[in-house]
Amino acid sequence: MSEPAGLELAAVTKRYGRTVAVDGISLRVPAGTYCCLLGPSGCGKTSTLRMVAGHEEVSDGDIMLGGEVINGLPPARRGTAMMFQNYALFPHLDCLDNVAFSLKMRGIGKADGRERAHRMLQLVEMDAYAGRLPAQLSGGQQQRVALARALITDPRILLLDEPLSALDPFLRVRMRAELRRFQKDLAISFVHVTHSQEEAMALADLIVVMNGGRIEQVGSPREVFNAPSSLFVARFIGGHNVIEDGPGATGGAVAVRNDLVRLVDAATLGGGGPGDGEIRRSGRVAGIEFQGSVVRVTVAADADLELTVDVAERAFFDNPVGLGDPVVAAWKPEDAHALTGGSA
Amino acid sequence: MSAFGKTSTPYWQALPFALVFLLFFVLPLGLIVMVSFWDYNGYQIIPAFTGQNYLDVFDGCIADLPDLCLTFATYLSTLEFGLMVWAITLVLGFTVAYFLAFHVRTLTMQIVLFLLCTIPFWTSNVIRMISWIPLLGRNGLVNDTLLRLGLVSEPQDWLLYSHFSVVLAFVHLYTLFMIVPIFNSMMRIDRSLLEAARDAGASGWQTVWNVVVPLCKPGIAIGSIFVVTIVMGDFVTIGVMGGQQIASIGKIIQVEMSYLQFPAAAANAVVLLAVVLLIIWGLTRMIDIRKEL
Repeated sequence: MSEPAGLELAAVTKRYGRTVAVDGISLRVPAGTYCCLLGPSGCGKTSTLRMVAGHEEVSDGDIMLGGEVINGLPPARRGTAMMFQNYALFPHLDCLDNVAFSLKMRGIGKADGRERAHRMLQLVEMDAYAGRLPAQLSGGQQQRVALARALITDPRILLLDEPLSALDPFLRVRMRAELRRFQKDLAISFVHVTHSQEEAMALADLIVVMNGGRIEQVGSPREVFNAPSSLFVARFIGGHNVIEDGPGATGGAVAVRNDLVRLVDAATLGGGGPGDGEIRRSGRVAGIEFQGSVVRVTVAADADLELTVDVAERAFFDNPVGLGDPVVAAWKPEDAHALTGGSA
Repeated sequence: MSAFGKTSTPYWQALPFALVFLLFFVLPLGLIVMVSFWDYNGYQIIPAFTGQNYLDVFDGCIADLPDLCLTFATYLSTLEFGLMVWAITLVLGFTVAYFLAFHVRTLTMQIVLFLLCTIPFWTSNVIRMISWIPLLGRNGLVNDTLLRLGLVSEPQDWLLYSHFSVVLAFVHLYTLFMIVPIFNSMMRIDRSLLEAARDAGASGWQTVWNVVVPLCKPGIAIGSIFVVTIVMGDFVTIGVMGGQQIASIGKIIQVEMSYLQFPAAAANAVVLLAVVLLIIWGLTRMIDIRKEL
């Protein structure tokens, strides 16, 4: 196995004609990190990944892997391997030949290549299907073969372009656990492009939130979730109320996690007193959504502001509210997190 | 709808084309096979059942071996043309299709260039063929130019009415039949496969050989069937471009027809059909073309 290597982007820019897809981003991914590039479509995350892979030329800036600039190298000499969105398995080759493809291209003998491909298929538990064509495999099986094909080149970093988007939701959860396990076992960095914040949260050591060709925030899932740095991140990551002219914030917008907002029955409020220094907004219940462990209550507050409150299922049914009931949403000032950057 | 109506609907839908097929293909073919067993003399054909026409086709063929009889020699020469034209149109057609499919980026440009390829087909193929004559003749443009440049000291005779000019005309006429199916196959190739090959370290040639060619096999097979069947049955191109000096199976059949030896011509046609079907059978054994249809 190759040495795991850290990836570093320095002011990397990608222009297509006059449009700028990636706008001077700098990023450091330490060796052995599971990194997710997260953002909506068109945010430049896939272009970034393809530039690292060498399938897209860098317009400006440098890409370094293990301290070595790899911009000018062809994909196969970079020490990267890519797993494509729809896996891009060769439809005319069986699993074994798909995995052995890069060995064949390098002129490694057939017997030797097949043996190594077999070992790789064993690793992903697909050796029983070695003779099958890709069309005869399920989505999850195809993904494993694609993974084996990418890993047989001993990459120092694995690049995954929306690897789970072709799978049904149930399989997606299972395969993402598998990806995570492989990453830990191999101890190389995975850079995984996705537009699903849920996927990024579940997988990543390091989340890179991108928007409009720029990086909005870099951090661990917990950091990003607890302290979104901008309006965009707070909205994209979900689970937050964004209050643009928030009381308690210094002029700018604030974000409060849905589950840190408390519902107070308007009728009982009188007894409780206005104290505790809580921030309160009164309104009416505009929607109730049962989600299992929590019940998501939408509160239409006075000044065309909608607040979302996640109430624990038990707590909700101990003290239920109905549609149209007057309620007060309350949260502690320290839970309101100031947001920078106006663009959303 | 009744159960009867349901089961019979597809048959009714297939009926019109089946009738056309029956009338214009099966019936004439049946007639040819029938006539091939008839007898004939200098001035009439006689309904009978005789294998004599087939014996005539292969007259002396076994006895004369290893010398080739007329039929074997003609088949060999026609097959040679077929093979040569097939190889050249394949390489040319693949290259052009590859350029159109993978190097031309926009759909508009692809359509424009594709139409450009079809422009020669706006005139009849006899005219296209004949237009080579002033170009390649003894006093034609090519010889003229070669003489003036001092590259040759006298006009070159091999340019026209030769194997060269026949192959040239065939290639000119039929390369498009190779381009279209191969292009069609190529357009179905997922572009990410080419990137995956590049990611795995394949060079441009390795990608063509290990990914593009295998995935184009059905298109190659269909194009090959077009070209080979056309060349095998041709007598006009070989006649005109060969100066009526080169034998071909089609030519034999045509001559027999002009002498009103219809049973002999029919027998030759049936043998030719069998040979061509054998070639197609061989091709489809190697490549499954149903995927493409």
